[in-house]
Parts: sequence; structure tokens; C-alpha cells
Amino acid sequence: MSVRLGLMALLSEGDSYGARLRAEFEERTGGTWPLNVGQVYTTLERLVRDGLVEQAGEADDEGRISYRLTAAGHAELATWWTTPVDRTSTPRDELTIKLALAVTTPGVDVHRVVQGQRTSTLKHLRDLTRLKRDALDRSEGPAERATAEASAATEAERGLAWLLVLENLVFAAEAEVRWLDHVESVLARHAARRGRAGRPPVPSAPAPGASAGVGPARTEGNPS
Amino acid sequence: MTAPHVVLTDVTRVHGEGETAVTALDAVSLQIHPGELVAVMGPSGSGKSTLLNVAGGLDRPTSGTVSIGGQELGSLGPRDLARLRRRRMGFVFQDYNLIPSLTAAENVALPLELDGTRARLARRHARHTLDLMDLMELSDRYPDQMSGGQQQRVAIARALVGSRRFVLADEPTGALDSHTGEEVLRVLRERCDDGVAGLLVTHEARHAAWADRVVFLRDGRVVDSTGGADRAEDLLVAGDPR
Repeated sequence: MSVRLGLMALLSEGDSYGARLRAEFEERTGGTWPLNVGQVYTTLERLVRDGLVEQAGEADDEGRISYRLTAAGHAELATWWTTPVDRTSTPRDELTIKLALAVTTPGVDVHRVVQGQRTSTLKHLRDLTRLKRDALDRSEGPAERATAEASAATEAERGLAWLLVLENLVFAAEAEVRWLDHVESVLARHAARRGRAGRPPVPSAPAPGASAGVGPARTEGNPS
Repeated sequence: MTAPHVVLTDVTRVHGEGETAVTALDAVSLQIHPGELVAVMGPSGSGKSTLLNVAGGLDRPTSGTVSIGGQELGSLGPRDLARLRRRRMGFVFQDYNLIPSLTAAENVALPLELDGTRARLARRHARHTLDLMDLMELSDRYPDQMSGGQQQRVAIARALVGSRRFVLADEPTGALDSHTGEEVLRVLRERCDDGVAGLLVTHEARHAAWADRVVFLRDGRVVDSTGGADRAEDLLVAGDPR
């Protein structure tokens, strides 16, 4: 997640200081990616160094320094909005790695790994759904008047932003459950094929009829 | 904690005999308390619908017992079983099954009228249920004057009119778009929050997530169960690999 561009997006709405930027960022994203204030100030310093942000006047009575976006900062932000997020580099995913290793490591009960993960992910999905239900109930309740401290975004828009973040997490959890289900089906089919083929003892010599693309059968831990 | 409203104990259902016998459910045990919504998930052919049919008294188990509100279904003859189904439980299906020539209120009143309640009283109960579910504005509409989501909400009202406290829903959102489907689940969830016991069959994890617990079936057996409590044994119910 680009904290840098997130802060620039907030500054495009008007001058602001570190603690307020942090609070605003967390509120807009539902606190899903918490920031510490040190991280915010370090990022602001780098943005000033790169000429994308500048100080807006002197410190106020409480010693807070406000920042504003420079013209170069506005240009970089505009590029961000119009450039797709790069999905070509695959992020390291612990579950994918764990299952890949579980399937190929003798003695690991892959089914147990899958079942335990699915239970956990379904619970996570249930918790997210409860949060979503609360968010929906709130969004249908009487609209609260934005306070003077609030930025340009209205309460309704903040609620919408939080709902969309939640739904992203719901979709991700749902996809994980579907993938785990798929893993179980593939393992069952693979085991059935091995069963029909008489379980070749030597991995490098697959039985006649074993289909290509499954890879050498190295798992010994979980015969069906 | 209150006693469970629905109790399935070691329920097995075998279709056919001899070499062609298929075990649709294999020693499944399940309890649903009042106020609890339980979702059943699993791939096609895993036994989800059989479980719903057995729990709803539409099908009898080959072995094991099913009891609803303390009444064991196996001890009832066909007539008493039909009466218990009419009075104690309601079904919601994917395709709503409302009667086109009746208004929403008349559709909701129908189960009571079929059970011998006088029409006027049945309509009063129907309106009360529709009111409870914020559906009064639909009461005089015919099914073809309602959207799919509205029809399904009316179908839930019909399933729960009168004193029925157990709702069984078989893919109730299957014919609805994602947003409308969620609206229907919210209604179902709210009815359960008010003390109804619910059993929801779905193949979508995002819909199962509205339930308190998810039971995952594969080949007729419970392979996963997300408990309300986070006890380790809840995570490993019948979790032996197949």
C-alpha cells in the first residue's frame, strides 16, 4: 500500500498536518491498514525532499505544521489515479506457499491443512459480514451532520469507502474458500487416479494412464 | 443456554439398495438452537439438499433420529408429520413458489388457512408478519408486481407466519443478483435474531457468512464445522481425511 500516495490524495483536498492526516487515512480505510504517526511524518519529510509537498506557513499555536501539495505533487497524484495498480509481480502469499509445500512434503496431512484453513477463513468471512451488516445498518440510519473538523468527504461517503474496503476483504476471503475447495477436489481426483493406477512406488516412473501435468506423485502422507 | 430446537443425531440416508446404493448422508449430527442460523455448504452431490429434506421431514433417514421442538419425527405417522411440518416449520426455495393468483398477504396467509385457521384470522396473522418484516407496502401486490427480491422476502414471511419457529432455506438467493441476495439474507438473519432457528443451504461462502455456524459437507459427511465457540474440538469435527 502506498502511504505516500495516500497522504498526497488527502492533501489534495486541502492543507493538513500529520496527526490529522493519519486519523483521516485510517477513517477512510476503516482502520484496516493502521499507520503510526512517525511513519506519517517520515513520509511527509520525503515528500518535501522530493518537491511533491511543501510546508504551508509556520507552525500553529499548538506547534503543528501544515503541509500542502505542490504542482508537481498534483501532477504525480493525477498520474496515480489514471495508472492501474501493477498486478504482474506476484506477492508472496503464506497460504499458497504452505499448501504447495504441504502437497510435496512427505507425512503432511494436506486435507487437515485445507480443512483447518477453510474453517478459519469462513470464520473470518463471518466476522467481516457482521462488520458489513453494521456498516449497512449505519448507512441506512439518519445521516449525521459533518462536524467542522471533518474534511470535504461527507459522512455518507466515508461510510461508503469503509463498506467498499470491507467488501474487498469479503471477496478475497470468498475467493480463498473457493480455492481451498478446489484444492480438495483436485487432491481427491489425483488420489483416485493414483488408486486406479495401482500407486506406482517409484515417483519417476508414472503408471500408464496417469495424466500429464499433475507432476510426480511425491506425497505419501495421505492416501485416500 | 436454551435447549436446541432442531436435533439431528447420527443421521444416515442411503438411496437405493445393494450395489447401486448411494450414501447421501453418513452419520451426520447437528443441533440448531432458537436464534441460530446454521449454513450448510459443500460441493454438488455432497448431501446438502438431503440434509435439508431430512431436517424438514420431507425425507426420512435410513438410520438416526431427527427431532423438532422436542418431537421426534420418526415416531410420527404421515398425517401427524405433515401437520407438524405445516405448524412448526417453513420452507424457502430458490424460485419463491408464490401462487400467482394470490396477493402477498394471501400467499402468506395460505399455510395457516390450509391448516384450518379461519381466513380472516389467517389474514390478520399474515399482515402482522409482513408488518414485522417491513413488507406491509407489498401486502396487496401480486407476485408479478414484485421484484425477485421482494417475492423472496414474502416467501420468508410465508415460511414464518403464525407460530412456526424453524425456517429451512434451500439456495434462497440462487435466482437473485448479489445485492438483492444479501438483502434477503439480512431478512433471514433478522428473523433468526428474533428467535427463529434457521437452516440455510448455500454454495456461496459469502452467503454462508451470514450464519452463526457453517457446516461443510463432503460425500455426505461433515468435514468442517465453524463453531460459534472457538474451541479446538469445534474445528475438528469429524475432520478425518478421506
